Amino acid sequence: MRNVFLFLKRYSVFISFLFLQGVSLSMLFSYNRFHQTVYGMFSSEISGKINQRVNSVEEFFSLSKQNEMLRNQNALLMSSIPSGSVLPDSSFKLVRDSLLTDSLKTRLQFQYFPAKVISNSVFLQQNYIMLHRGSNQGIQPNMAVVGLTGLVGTVVSVSSNMSMVMSLLHRQSKVIAVLKKGSGLGEVTWDGKDPGHLQLSKVPKTVTVKVGDTVVTSPYSDKFPPGVAIGYVDNVSQDQETNTYLLSVKTAIDFNSIQHVFVVKNLLLEEMEQLKHKSIKE
Amino acid sequence: MNLIVKNIIRLIVIVLIQVFILNNIPPLHQFIVPYIYFVFLLWLPFKTTRTTLLFTSFFLGVFVDMFYKTPGLHAAASLLVGFLRPFVIGLLLPKEVTEWGNEEPSRNTMGPLPYSTYIILLTFVHHFYLVFLEWLQFGSFLYFLGKVILTTLVSLLLILVADLFMNRKSRSR
Repeated sequence: MRNVFLFLKRYSVFISFLFLQGVSLSMLFSYNRFHQTVYGMFSSEISGKINQRVNSVEEFFSLSKQNEMLRNQNALLMSSIPSGSVLPDSSFKLVRDSLLTDSLKTRLQFQYFPAKVISNSVFLQQNYIMLHRGSNQGIQPNMAVVGLTGLVGTVVSVSSNMSMVMSLLHRQSKVIAVLKKGSGLGEVTWDGKDPGHLQLSKVPKTVTVKVGDTVVTSPYSDKFPPGVAIGYVDNVSQDQETNTYLLSVKTAIDFNSIQHVFVVKNLLLEEMEQLKHKSIKE
Repeated sequence: MNLIVKNIIRLIVIVLIQVFILNNIPPLHQFIVPYIYFVFLLWLPFKTTRTTLLFTSFFLGVFVDMFYKTPGLHAAASLLVGFLRPFVIGLLLPKEVTEWGNEEPSRNTMGPLPYSTYIILLTFVHHFYLVFLEWLQFGSFLYFLGKVILTTLVSLLLILVADLFMNRKSRSR
């Protein structure tokens, strides 16, 4: 027994080294699979406060650019209001039969929450964005995040006032996408090389793809609103092994300068889930 | 007491530089990610005990991980640096380490050649282990090799610059 204690005393440094190394490695490898760990919630509350201070300084310098982007978006939204458009010809009257389309029955599917970005990175292999909105403001994991000009990512973990977003620039990010012209369902991933380019794979060779085609989110997704721009095809190459294309896609949004984003909530998600469960059971 | 306060301030400054400046500069290449935060461990006084060194390095790593959102990655690498540091100093310096007292490893106290060997060796070990852990999760062998070499070179350059600043300070005192 005495020898055991002597042994422990002699090698105490080495044993504590092995122990701490084990703790950190287990944190590292379990975190990638289950993103919502206690660690994530705890650390984002602490580092979020410091990030917020630094961000308020950084934001000052990009004010004019952000202002211009917001004005552009305002102009776009205002021009899409129906009352803002005029009928081209007054010789006939456009009548809408209110009996056929009951305006009360249209339902809002996607609700947008505005959020401010307080920390961001683009050149790591796993890039996360931290937002100053959390579960107290109605954010939940798995919601989509959309920027002013395109898709940004998905919420992966939420604390009471902060939330962490896995950006498209993440080695484990995977988004089902479609070409805007209507065909070519594929998968958008990132190879970790260039923060300005994503990869679109699994698009069958039967579809014709040209440089400049817009890639948007697919209408079949239950978390992303359909038709949000992801990027523009800028290089087409063919995968020799399979019957699909390998497309390089330039991102629609400049990940370096994201300041304001919208978190998107699917209001019909619960109903969709219930239906799915029901059909699986039967 | 003075020594502890000085090191705590140094810890905060180095982590802030790492997290808010080095983490935010636009990337030159995907292989080039400069790290200097572990220099704090290399500059701790000679008399620091092994246990203190081990726990300091673990908490330094966890602190950096909180900002990089990679729990355990930097903690594991800086822990290795903290563990190996006494062995490397023992190899390079003939004198009994405790004799040096409050002195910190620097060009003046260790001599230019042993000091640069000490810095280069531990920087390489840190980056090798860090990129190795990253490589286990994804990436190709070329990615591993290129990133270890280029990141080590860039970090060494930054450490050299930081070192010149520090020495000037200690001379004027």
